[in-house]
Amino acid sequence: MKFDLHQALNTLDINADWVGLRQVNEKTTTHAVRDGRPQSNGRDFTQGVMVEVLAQGQFGYAATNRLDPASLQVAAEQAYQQAIATSKWAVHSFTPAVRPKAVGQYQSPFQQPLDLISVADQLDLLVKVCDTLQVSDQIVKTSAFTQTLETEQIFVSSNGTDTHQTFGFVITNYEATAQDGSVIQKRTDNGPLARCYQAGSEVFDPDQVLTRAHQVGEQAIALLAAEDCPTATTTLVLAPDQMMLQIHESVGHPLELDRILGDERNYAGSSFVKLSDFGHLVYGSPLMNITFDPTVPGEFAGYAFDDAGMPAQREYLIKEGLLLRGLGSLESQARAQVPGVANFRARSWNRAPIDRMANLNLEPGQSSFDDMIGNIESGVYMEANRSWSIDDYRNKFQFGCEYARLIENGKLTKVLRNPNYRGITNQFWGNLAQVGDSSTFAMYGTPYCGKGEPNQCIRVGHASPTCAFKEIEVFGGAA
Amino acid sequence: MSTSVATNPTETLAAWESTFNQLADLLLDNLQAGEHLSIELGGEQSHFMRLNAGKVRQSGLVTDASINIRLIANQRTAYAGFPFTGDLSMDSALALEQLQQLRQDIPQLPEDPYIVLPENYGSSREAYSGQLLAADQVSAALLPTVQGVDFTGIYASGPIVRANRNSAGQKHWFATETFVLDYSLIAPSEKAVKATLAGQTWDQTAYTEQIQQSITQLQVLDRPVKVIEPGQYRTYFAPAATAELIGMLSWGGVSEASMQQGGSSLAKLREGKSLSPHLTLKENFSLGLVPRFNSLGEVAPEEVPLLVDGQLVNTLVNARTAKEYQVKSNAASGHEGMRSPEVLPGSLSTAEILAQLGTGLYLSNLHYLNWSDRTGGRITGMTRYACFWVEQGEIIAPIKDLRFDDSLYEFLGAKLENLTDTQEFIPCVDTYGARSLGGSLMPGLLVNDFTFTL
Repeated sequence: MKFDLHQALNTLDINADWVGLRQVNEKTTTHAVRDGRPQSNGRDFTQGVMVEVLAQGQFGYAATNRLDPASLQVAAEQAYQQAIATSKWAVHSFTPAVRPKAVGQYQSPFQQPLDLISVADQLDLLVKVCDTLQVSDQIVKTSAFTQTLETEQIFVSSNGTDTHQTFGFVITNYEATAQDGSVIQKRTDNGPLARCYQAGSEVFDPDQVLTRAHQVGEQAIALLAAEDCPTATTTLVLAPDQMMLQIHESVGHPLELDRILGDERNYAGSSFVKLSDFGHLVYGSPLMNITFDPTVPGEFAGYAFDDAGMPAQREYLIKEGLLLRGLGSLESQARAQVPGVANFRARSWNRAPIDRMANLNLEPGQSSFDDMIGNIESGVYMEANRSWSIDDYRNKFQFGCEYARLIENGKLTKVLRNPNYRGITNQFWGNLAQVGDSSTFAMYGTPYCGKGEPNQCIRVGHASPTCAFKEIEVFGGAA
Repeated sequence: MSTSVATNPTETLAAWESTFNQLADLLLDNLQAGEHLSIELGGEQSHFMRLNAGKVRQSGLVTDASINIRLIANQRTAYAGFPFTGDLSMDSALALEQLQQLRQDIPQLPEDPYIVLPENYGSSREAYSGQLLAADQVSAALLPTVQGVDFTGIYASGPIVRANRNSAGQKHWFATETFVLDYSLIAPSEKAVKATLAGQTWDQTAYTEQIQQSITQLQVLDRPVKVIEPGQYRTYFAPAATAELIGMLSWGGVSEASMQQGGSSLAKLREGKSLSPHLTLKENFSLGLVPRFNSLGEVAPEEVPLLVDGQLVNTLVNARTAKEYQVKSNAASGHEGMRSPEVLPGSLSTAEILAQLGTGLYLSNLHYLNWSDRTGGRITGMTRYACFWVEQGEIIAPIKDLRFDDSLYEFLGAKLENLTDTQEFIPCVDTYGARSLGGSLMPGLLVNDFTFTL
């Protein structure tokens, strides 16, 4: 018999100020091929309910994958006991205002349903991708990976919330490893797993996929003969597939209000940003405009309501370089008394929601790609993230890319391998010198943004134009 | 008809074991001619309490378990993962549905030349019960002791289970009841004393004593922070920092598949290079904190030496890799990462650490490591928590965070001067998706001229 969440809510016997039930059902298919041979193929299904209870100003939770009235009643009692037992020690005394009534639906955009492509068709395409990546005998490994997810999330509560959101996610990764003696280089399709979208099976258009795969293979070979990225302080131009990581690590995480409030200090760290900085801190150059926007069609972390029931809408976090608001949910806003956004999100039914960044985008500027490069006498252009590390205050970072080109006298010239750069967040964004126009704008994401205790890997989307930063320290790999 | 809902850990484990075995029997009984099946179970009933500033940020319980079945037929294979609730009627219906779905998927897949058929490597049953705090007692047990200090972290406790059955007749069951308290005490300077307390029996006295010790250590962090310029410094890595560095070798280092496919940071060791003769690294399952069986049910040797006196003597190999590259399996995980690593101690006595360091950096922990050049063996990362500037054998001041970037062929090679003569157990506190098991046994490292860059 099908489980009815509304009925389950109505039959719960619990004396609380607020009760919410959030059910998540998710079907995942994964296909991986290496060197044209199947590597890992299968499907995963998860379902469960998170019960949240507010009593004496404190939330308690209990989650179970056993969907029957008796299990939900046990979970509700456990959640209630947690709320009561910990209320004396609560960080903050909450009211039901942080769980507003929400009613509505959301459906991911798509052109063709995910189930339109069969397992056989997907595998056939992945084998062709491996064949296409194999542009030379120097390609020693080819890999092709696809994952599709169909997620249904239902949220009902004692104050009338009734939301139903369904998502279709597609993740792909195609990569080639090239070797010439001791030189080994890997090139992927815009960075490992960077191509993440809310979409349908249109993502598997063979012409587009195989064209990109051929370029990945060719560039892997080109890297074998390339010079190492020079050590210099120079102008750095970052493609959107690396801007994704730059925005994520040095803007997204430091603006999360729960980090600033200290929740993450034992794990992912705090932030160099203070609560007093909102409305005052000059975060970057006047060219820097960052929005939080779960409404962008097709971007990976789109939704209509967050897991508190807050309606999602576009907000400027940084406008013309000035920090305006944080990535903080209704709970964080109540604690911090600074403006936030609808970003209270949990990885699945088995985790309590926390502040996450969702879609975080750098808005386009005025420069065409050719004009941007043409304005640079000397510099380095980098694409596709391959290494990331930043300190616990999200300040000192070092990132590496897969592929680079030298910029000489306004032109892209030699291919460079092992490109890395490092900097300090505020200085780096202050050196933002050119922002590409919409023709340079591209959208990526990652399924693996880790945060929280207990940990939660969550989906985030990032879109950006190509950008140029002046006076950045760049360098190559080990000799 | 649903069975009753178990809430006591012991009852939960008993119910899960019974249901898992009945479910596995059902699936195996439903196999058709020419089909092979392996069945894995992972589950937990966890109490998570998230703490900040000596208070409770979030607290709750998660009952979660899932089954992964792998069907092999006609030289093809596919897997299905699905919830395990412990209710046989619910679980049976879903399991049979998933088995049927796999039968529809498999003919659509290409042949797989490296399939490893299930074998009966022998069965095992390990169950460790604990004496844990009841969920409604945790805040009262933890928090009074830490009032007046800035205490943040996570407490996680409860039973964890891993199990494996297959169509060759093999049965493995591993269950344990554990807790982990992973916390930081944070000084006004925002530097922190980081520590963990883990085990199977909660000891209130041990907890209070450890917190008092952490509070004493916190006082050192009140000194003004010293800014260190980038450069090369003599550096001592405490065991937790060693665990971070050595842990990177599980990420494309000691894997045989990675070595064969051009992704290993230790490839140069196969080309004749060696690391410091002081360095010996092995997988040591005798600690008994993780199951020795892998997803195929293979049982690893009690010890697998990886680096002996700086020489690479083994990589981690699972049966699939073994088949592909015609090498011998040592029952590694599918990922071929370390599950129970140990670095053997050296001769540096704990009392002599600061004197032997002389002038340089004492690093209690590291943060956010990554390869800056994987095949070159170069690692970048940050200092974190209680890290100090030391002059002439005396701690002078906590340092402002420093970024490092250096090659393991250097700092685990000629620059590695010595290791401490004692080891510490560093528990694995990961909770990605589910609570992790085990940890590592690590000494401290004394390294000359370690490279800091920012």
